[in-house]
Amino acid sequence: MNNSIKQIIKREYLTRVKSKTFLLTTFLAPIGMVLLFGFLGFLLSRGSDDQKQIAIINEANIDVSDIKSKQNMTFDYSYADVNSALLAYKDEKIDGVLVLPKVQVEAKDYYMTFHSDNQLAIDESQSLQSLFRKKIRNYKITSLGIDQDQLKLIDTSVKIDPKSVLDTEKEMSSITSLVSSGIGGVVGYALFFIIIIYGSQVMRSVTEEKINRIVEVLISTVRPFDLMMGKVIGVGLVGLTQIVIWMILISVFSAIGMSIFGMSGMDTVSPDIVGSMPEAGAVVESSKDEVIKVINEIMKVNWLLILPLYLFYFLIGYFTYAALFAAIGSAVGDDIQEAQSLTMIATLPLMVAMYIGISAVTSPNSSLSVWSSILPFTAPVVMPVRLPAEPPFWQIGLSMIASVISVIVLIWLAARIYRVGILMYGKKASVKELVKWIAYK
Amino acid sequence: MKQYHNHRAVDGVSFDVRKQSIFGLLGPNGAGKTSLIRIITTITGADEGEVLIDGQAINRLTPMDIGYLPEERGLYKKMKVGDQLMFLAQLKGLSKIEAKSKIDKWFEKFEITDWWNKKVDELSKGMQQKVQFISTVMHEPKLLILDEPFSGLDPINTNLIKDEIYRLNKEGTSIIFSTHRMEQVEEICEDIVLMNQGKIILEGKVDQIKEDFKDNVYKIGFKGKLPSQLANENFKVLEDKEDHVIIKINEGYSSNALLQSLISEGIQINSYQEIMPTLNEIFIKKVGSSNE
Repeated sequence: MNNSIKQIIKREYLTRVKSKTFLLTTFLAPIGMVLLFGFLGFLLSRGSDDQKQIAIINEANIDVSDIKSKQNMTFDYSYADVNSALLAYKDEKIDGVLVLPKVQVEAKDYYMTFHSDNQLAIDESQSLQSLFRKKIRNYKITSLGIDQDQLKLIDTSVKIDPKSVLDTEKEMSSITSLVSSGIGGVVGYALFFIIIIYGSQVMRSVTEEKINRIVEVLISTVRPFDLMMGKVIGVGLVGLTQIVIWMILISVFSAIGMSIFGMSGMDTVSPDIVGSMPEAGAVVESSKDEVIKVINEIMKVNWLLILPLYLFYFLIGYFTYAALFAAIGSAVGDDIQEAQSLTMIATLPLMVAMYIGISAVTSPNSSLSVWSSILPFTAPVVMPVRLPAEPPFWQIGLSMIASVISVIVLIWLAARIYRVGILMYGKKASVKELVKWIAYK
Repeated sequence: MKQYHNHRAVDGVSFDVRKQSIFGLLGPNGAGKTSLIRIITTITGADEGEVLIDGQAINRLTPMDIGYLPEERGLYKKMKVGDQLMFLAQLKGLSKIEAKSKIDKWFEKFEITDWWNKKVDELSKGMQQKVQFISTVMHEPKLLILDEPFSGLDPINTNLIKDEIYRLNKEGTSIIFSTHRMEQVEEICEDIVLMNQGKIILEGKVDQIKEDFKDNVYKIGFKGKLPSQLANENFKVLEDKEDHVIIKINEGYSSNALLQSLISEGIQINSYQEIMPTLNEIFIKKVGSSNE
């Protein structure tokens, strides 16, 4: 690497890393995220905040002795009949009256009546429904004389156990594909955003130099190609730095979180939601096992192979789009409208890749997924999505070769446009014009 | 030669810049000066022809020997002055230590030692110009290309920069000075090239060019009264004032003969001076005629 490209990288990297914005986004963004999610979780868990006193008229005679309160609702069983409760309601002593009619064992539907002028919030009525659904289920089981233990045997959890035919070494479990598509999806998303964010930073850096005209001084010393690549590499290193810091922060935060809350978070995987599905008791019980299975599955993924490949595709994707953005930035200067329309065109393939990536999460071996993981522009997002599902080696190889060739060609083309664009003022930068610049001597 | 799309920006231009001279590259807007400078500074390549410095064709190392101050000034607005100069100096191949000591020297010279940590957009336009000038010369280039170096400078700073240009020139730097401010050219340059529409339309030493373009016009200060019919077939009066006349002598007649004839008329001559054309006049004349 020659001296000038090193100097460009150094400046690009240091001015960014030393800037306040970098410190803010790097250190405050994750904290902000944690706070935001915490706050959202808090809001969601609280539901509606006004305390409600609800009278329950238990005409069904089911056993409700253990139901005292739920969320923001407190239940009052002291009223003998509906009328006395309604009187109390009119005196504003209670907020509503819930009547549980007699249970018809053979009826599939069961309607409770809620007397009030203020309707229940959705989460309130849902938790009331699930609360009494269980009670009525138990009531029906008893009145029909069904044996609880036998009943448990009826509920069967049906799964598919995949077995590889050719590769007998490969161990698979029922959740292998689930876990791998999960990892793939997350990585695909992350790559998409990282490429967009840092690519547009390269563009801003290029237009800045063009607008404040320092570019003429620079390229009287540095070859335009070096200047462009220095920028792309410098900003890319800033991106890597940021990602590494985030990874460290995330693992530190989650370690702290784990040690404070322990695994308690797992136990409360809201029995409410799970409970609202019939025959879900088994699932609740095995949720801890599932977590262990998922962790096992994550451990089983061939990280030694996949991590370097992630890095490879990140670099390919980043260089592809950063070079493209640099070319656009050089062409548009301070014309924001032009910049927007050209960026739109450039990010279109990335958008397409994103959507194909989403479909590749569920079907990593469809022909759409396979081909778009090989073709340039889409490969950097789609292949990483497919990687945990272990696509055949020839596909990975072909994709890598195609990616390397395409990125070299693209950087070359971008540099041709860039070298003309940065010195071009007062000319509308249409796609046609850019193509013409490529041919300039 | 440099061809853009359907427009020839520099066409068959060829000239020599003497070592250690101050050379004026003149021409109206759009004459091709910037295109030519961009070829010399290796920013763009020529479609035909070559540029030699010290007998060697320009190459990738040439920029290290050139200091270029473009007409459109540019610095990183948000970057500190010191960091900025360090970056540009190291880009020119100076080591960190060399760069620091050179910059410090210039800061002392311009009495701006407290500017190191200032951001460029905290400086006035004139101050930015000084920083830009330092960035152009700090690596001690063999060839300095200055495009309108005084634009935006007040008279004090203009003189400051001008003195530096003279000093650098004396110490051995060759300077190409591009401008359309003719009075500055007359003052500073020894040789010039005048370009229009991509071609050279005039070149030579400033004194010689003036000599070539003079119109044999003399300003004569006198006391007394001129004869009513002064002009004859040998000269004509361009201006006739109470204490002086301006006379254009026709081809073949000498200024001495004119003087003698005036003295013989009994007129007392106070001053006798040949009026040389200004470069400005030559410029307008040449460019005007080459545009026709």
